Amino acid sequence: MTKLSTQDRPGQLGRSWDGAPQDPAGLRPGARIGTFVRRHRLAPYLLLIPALIGVGWLIVWPTIQVGLFSFQNYGILQLAGVAPTQWVGLANFTAIFKDPEFWVSLRNSCVFAAIVVPLTLVTGTCVGLLLNRLGRRMSVFVSATTLLAWATPTVAATVIFYWIFNPDGGVVDWALARLPTWLGGGAATWAGFNWMSSALPVYTVATLLLVWQGFPFIAVSVLAGLKTVPGELYEAARVDGAGPWQVFWKVTYPLLKPIFLVLLLLSVIWDFGVFPQLYILTGSGANLDEYNLGIYVYQKAFSTPPSYGLGGALALVLTVILLVITVGYVRASIRQGALR
Amino acid sequence: MTTQPGSLRVSGLAPRAVTHRRTSARMRAAALNCAGVLVAVVTLAPIVWMISTAFKPRTEIFSLTPHILPGHPTLSNFDRVFSGSAIGISFWTFFKNSLYVTGAAVLASSLLSLLAAVAVARFRFRFRTTFLILLLVVQMLPQQALVIALFINFRALNLLDSLTGLALVYTAFALPISIWMLHNFVAAVPREMEEAAAIDGAGPARIFWRILFPLVAPGLVATSVFSFIYAWNEYIFALTFLSPNFPAKFTLPIYVTYFMGQRSSDWGAIMAASTLYTIPPIVFFLLVQRKMARGLVAGAVKG
Repeated sequence: MTKLSTQDRPGQLGRSWDGAPQDPAGLRPGARIGTFVRRHRLAPYLLLIPALIGVGWLIVWPTIQVGLFSFQNYGILQLAGVAPTQWVGLANFTAIFKDPEFWVSLRNSCVFAAIVVPLTLVTGTCVGLLLNRLGRRMSVFVSATTLLAWATPTVAATVIFYWIFNPDGGVVDWALARLPTWLGGGAATWAGFNWMSSALPVYTVATLLLVWQGFPFIAVSVLAGLKTVPGELYEAARVDGAGPWQVFWKVTYPLLKPIFLVLLLLSVIWDFGVFPQLYILTGSGANLDEYNLGIYVYQKAFSTPPSYGLGGALALVLTVILLVITVGYVRASIRQGALR
Repeated sequence: MTTQPGSLRVSGLAPRAVTHRRTSARMRAAALNCAGVLVAVVTLAPIVWMISTAFKPRTEIFSLTPHILPGHPTLSNFDRVFSGSAIGISFWTFFKNSLYVTGAAVLASSLLSLLAAVAVARFRFRFRTTFLILLLVVQMLPQQALVIALFINFRALNLLDSLTGLALVYTAFALPISIWMLHNFVAAVPREMEEAAAIDGAGPARIFWRILFPLVAPGLVATSVFSFIYAWNEYIFALTFLSPNFPAKFTLPIYVTYFMGQRSSDWGAIMAASTLYTIPPIVFFLLVQRKMARGLVAGAVKG
């Protein structure tokens, strides 16, 4: 049985599929194509073609196009075909780097990622550890509720938070206004407080929203990782007198390090240029101080007058930043043997 | 009682120490359960608030002392959403739009990714590693970048304001993660089963449908959940492609935010619309929760 498959290395399983008895009526056109496919080992390529067309046409090619736009003066006139598209060298990039708005949005993106990512990871890891220690029923119950948070569509979650933090009838302002003054509450500050009007409050709401949406994924992944750790290791650590804190850093963390690394990189990539949540919370990006890179790219490209060249240049900057992080992600995945 | 792993060792100690150990174990379990309840409450709070607001009459929504549950539950908010009296078009129009776009994307991406996953998992060929790396990298490209070029291309192809155009984009963007997850599932099917079937005279098509497909079906469920969630949630392409001139083409996320912009103080109806928008993915999730958690990790971290 296995002898059959080892005869032909390159097309490993292909062998067993190809090994089907030849149709005696080899004159059928279908059979002739089959022979051709087999002889040239085309099967994997044929199977890949539909997916490759989709990914190539709708993801890879547009990426290249955006790269090209970033060196052109592509705007509304060029889109309409009224004016010719011209190469402008690095003009779009110099325009961006001179724009103080770019540096504000870059700073916002960096600070936001630096706060949200650790918060999400720590919250998710704590919940994952908790789920691992809970009894079966309780664990199923808590993980079901966290999955509910994860399943809530982004836009619905954002709209909920918008309503909770609304100055007119929102429950957070109501609660904060009733908090004693020495705890930072009080009606003077909080009654009708508008969370969406300036950068710091908006990003506070966005942080809470993203942690709420993001921690379930971390928790479930950490939990899955914890299930692979043999219980004897914890036994041994505890017998040696290690406290829970030490057990985590000396046993759990080293074993789950690859998972943590991937989760960290994924979180950075997701949170750095986060778009829908901030776009909705800031009211379509009305206030310039509230921009992050994601919104800035979109506004440059699509607000009137649209400038696809500037947007493309910005998108390229954002892409390069994310790709640098992605290289880290890919290398972490390969180290885990994901490509085998 | 509490069969702690350490209880065997402890039994050699004096009885007092044993009871002490037991009470402290019980207290620890109680503390853990409290923490679990706390996590559940905090996690559920926003969802509960959404649903409760959706059932509250206007006077209760803007009451000076808000209550967690509606005192006099009403369906009038849902009524306004379904009848479309708020923005002129019924909720069902947008629901159908979202269902069409999502359904088409899930079906198409499942089929295409299954084919590609078989190629990647079962054959060794040139550019195989390149292709796998491409799949990883492509997932990380910021959509704000791609939407610029896709907007221009789709404008030329007359695919703006078109649900089919959106379905095409969602199919393509669901592919990388689907292929990535599915290829692990295909690789997990023992090759010997297919070889045995081949020896028994089954052709490639028969092997695929009778052996491989049933064994990979759980993986397909997991990946289709992923594409479903992606297409159901997607915001930036829909926002860019669907212009406010044709609100009847809106998908649900665009409808919900458009609604919020038009009727910014009708929170009862906005929350009713959000609740209705949230129900399908949650039902879907609860149905396949187990497989979900496994597939999720298989896709993101390798199974």
